[in-house]
Amino acid sequence: MSEIHTVGVVGAGVMGTGLAQALAQTGHQVLLVDRTEEILAAAERTIREGLRFARLLGAKGPARPADDRPKEDRLKEDRPKEDRETVLKRITLTTGYEGFEEADFVIENITEDWGLKQGVYRRLDAVCPPRTVFAANTSVIPITRIGAATSRPAQVLGMHFMNPVPLKPVVEMIRGHHTSAETVATARTLLAQLGKEGILVEDSPGFVTNRVLMLTVNEAVYLVHEGVAGAAEVDRIFKTCFGHTMGPLETADLIGLDTILQSVEGLYAAFSDSKYRPCPLLVRMVDAGLLGRKSGQGFYDYATTAA
Amino acid sequence: MTTADHKPQIFAFLARYFGEHRLAEDEDMFATGFVNSLFVMQLVLFVEGEFDITVEDEDLEIRNFNTVRAVDALVTRKLAVGAADRRP
Repeated sequence: MSEIHTVGVVGAGVMGTGLAQALAQTGHQVLLVDRTEEILAAAERTIREGLRFARLLGAKGPARPADDRPKEDRLKEDRPKEDRETVLKRITLTTGYEGFEEADFVIENITEDWGLKQGVYRRLDAVCPPRTVFAANTSVIPITRIGAATSRPAQVLGMHFMNPVPLKPVVEMIRGHHTSAETVATARTLLAQLGKEGILVEDSPGFVTNRVLMLTVNEAVYLVHEGVAGAAEVDRIFKTCFGHTMGPLETADLIGLDTILQSVEGLYAAFSDSKYRPCPLLVRMVDAGLLGRKSGQGFYDYATTAA
Repeated sequence: MTTADHKPQIFAFLARYFGEHRLAEDEDMFATGFVNSLFVMQLVLFVEGEFDITVEDEDLEIRNFNTVRAVDALVTRKLAVGAADRRP
């Protein structure tokens, strides 16, 4: 597979902005689409902030596409610091899918709503050339079902990126029923260009990551709900006893509690198994707008001013 | 700038994240398990807002933010540079 140059990113939320940043930092042209100019303006601010803090957090710097050494070699080394504006110029913000006729690869990151996703894939199928590969960055929706919403099910796969995208080196890749070996190879090429690698799994609700993680997060919320332990105690136990980098409730705040709830509900619907019933406290927090890091308050406070 | 010691304000901000843990001024806050590495972004934004300074790219190093003493030293240095570094 030849080098992937232009990547469409659909949905400019937490994942879409992180992905756009990671792609631009590694030299890709990015088309970032969402529904309104307001969302795109917020996305640009988020990406600017992400670029500003990239070095502090240890994100990968920009790749040099003209470099003819083996990709693995140039991805491993520290890259020279590129001007923030240079990286930002690689990202085109759009509400209308302009430029998608040039897209080599598209990654969809919209909310986990099947009705909305169907509409997006129909539109992508119409505007993108036949060669374009579609990757769904979904947490729970079956890849096979997404493939069936397009005229190119062999060119659809799942790529479950982890948050924050610029910092996470591994991606869960999901093969749908009709996904071709060539499509998987193309996705691996893109990941190599991003300085990441993929672990391939078969299509099943929640795949590997979320089948376990969402249940863990939901159970951790139950512990808080029942007063067995506070959020900080739950998280510290996971970090200090198990060596996890983050506890389940910090992770929930990072992902967004609305996304957690949608994922747990998705698993509940997919398996018809009561073990995936969402904790009432999780539902209440989402109803109250306590969505975690992105809303400034979840299980923790994300304020940047003194109390 | 009214005082050379900004530690009380920094401790006041950090207090809510550290519960009953008494953070020492030279203790690496990211090694305590109370905050994760992403907390550093919040800390940078707090420092900028609270002390009306701009943290330049070259100062965005973890060693400037991992202890209260380091943050205090950075704030002192930034304020000493004067109006040139301040936000308009």
